[in-house]
Amino acid sequence: MEAVFLTFILMLAIFLGFELINKVPATLHTPLMSGANAISGITIVGAIGLAGTGQQDVSNWLGAAAVAFASINVVGGYLVTDRMLAMFKKRGD
Amino acid sequence: MTSLEVVIQLAYVVAAAMFIYGLKLLGSADSARRGNMLSAFAMLLAIVSALLDQGIVEYQWILSGFVIGGAIGGTVARRVKMTAMPEMVALFNGFGGLASLLVGTAAISTNPATFTLVSIVLSVLIGGLTFTGSLIAYGKLSETLSSGTVNFRGQQIVNSLLVLSVIASAVMFCLEPDNIQWLYLVVSLSLLFGVMAVIPIGGADMPVVISLLNSYSGLAACAAGFAVNNNILIVAGSLVGASGIILTKIMCKAMNRSLSHVLFSGFGSSSSSASEVEGEIKPISVEDGYYVLEAATNVAIIPGYGMAVAQAQHVVKELCELLEQNGAEVNFGIHPVAGRMPGHMNVLLAEADVPYDLLLEMDDINPRMENIDVAIVIGANDVVNPAARDMESSPIYGMPVINVDYARTVFVLKRSMASGFAGIENPLFYKENTRMLFGDAKESIAGLVREFS
Repeated sequence: MEAVFLTFILMLAIFLGFELINKVPATLHTPLMSGANAISGITIVGAIGLAGTGQQDVSNWLGAAAVAFASINVVGGYLVTDRMLAMFKKRGD
Repeated sequence: MTSLEVVIQLAYVVAAAMFIYGLKLLGSADSARRGNMLSAFAMLLAIVSALLDQGIVEYQWILSGFVIGGAIGGTVARRVKMTAMPEMVALFNGFGGLASLLVGTAAISTNPATFTLVSIVLSVLIGGLTFTGSLIAYGKLSETLSSGTVNFRGQQIVNSLLVLSVIASAVMFCLEPDNIQWLYLVVSLSLLFGVMAVIPIGGADMPVVISLLNSYSGLAACAAGFAVNNNILIVAGSLVGASGIILTKIMCKAMNRSLSHVLFSGFGSSSSSASEVEGEIKPISVEDGYYVLEAATNVAIIPGYGMAVAQAQHVVKELCELLEQNGAEVNFGIHPVAGRMPGHMNVLLAEADVPYDLLLEMDDINPRMENIDVAIVIGANDVVNPAARDMESSPIYGMPVINVDYARTVFVLKRSMASGFAGIENPLFYKENTRMLFGDAKESIAGLVREFS
């Protein structure tokens, strides 16, 4: 039953994603992409659960490595997006 | 559920809402920066909630991973030049994919049920191909690798066999999860597949590839969410997946090519019947160019990848200001696939302080083209090629282009007469109203700026 429930969430989130992004102006395509990219680092949440089990086994270390790589994605992604968006100005701003 | 678990799950719900609203704010230039901040806060909230979980008994691994990764990401993000943005986005994206691959692999220790096994295999598969695919894209965009297409005899067959063996080993792993060798096989094959999938794709098709890889990294996170049974991964991952697919669709439409055509056949491989182009090339000097521009009241600038290569965005801005002081109206026409990633030109011009309301999309500038005195094409080729409009034999026939040839005069800034990507002949260069300004784009524009001041 859990699986069905999760798939249901997946379906709704994908439709929502389509609706949200559909009308983004071309000017913002790069920041949108890199901002979305940072969000894909959410996998860090899964990695945290695996890295903190205290079992000193392989999956523990894999989890730690995953935390590191996902952190690059999250921190780098958000900062770079912010840097870009700070440059976008209207005439007279 | 204990009350702590309830609190954590509720925090995830709040984080999901913040991600969604953040993406919505990213959709308009006025609110985009706030949207990104909100999304970053959502991430922070999700991370803090994950740390509260009672299954977590030690923090040193998490902390060291976070410190190392955060330091690398932070440093790179602050140092990277705006012109290097496409490869940077590709690289970050690849690390996201790799993280999902690792999470999927690590989740095996939880003695999973069949449904979870399928999710694990998917997260490994998509994560792995995102990782190596992004690395190859990074190599091509940063020109560490050749940006051309890599084709060899029997490529289609090799790739089909590769896909089949990926699927076979994935199925075998789900049937025999105790035999960990199958998982290793899936990992290595998916890494190989990422490489094979991106090497045949040329530089000009990179906007499609980057958007698609972006979508994959989201889907990999989503699959990892199924593997470790976590809602927030599924919601955030699928939002990213959906946004990547939409961008991919927009890019494909702007090139009038189907996604499968971009992915499975190199541009050059389509038969380019060399049709003769009538007319002669008419070069123009910087000085003469200045006299024409000085008299113009309506100017359009159409930038392409060549502007990024020449790093000409700052002199372009200077020229734009001088033209405006001279009483002309200046606009920029931006083709959706100009450059190497979606919105590439917009970022470069924003860096040079060009206000974004001067930047017109293709569909907005085309109807105005007949009233434009001078259209200046800077390092763009295929996106302004009239053959796409009226030469059925052209490989890019049907691709929507910016109709610069309808302007009264067209200046084309170009290094030499070598044809553009894929060697497609451009009749624009031979038109009656076209003048070629040969040389490095940055030098040429700097020359025009000097004439004005």
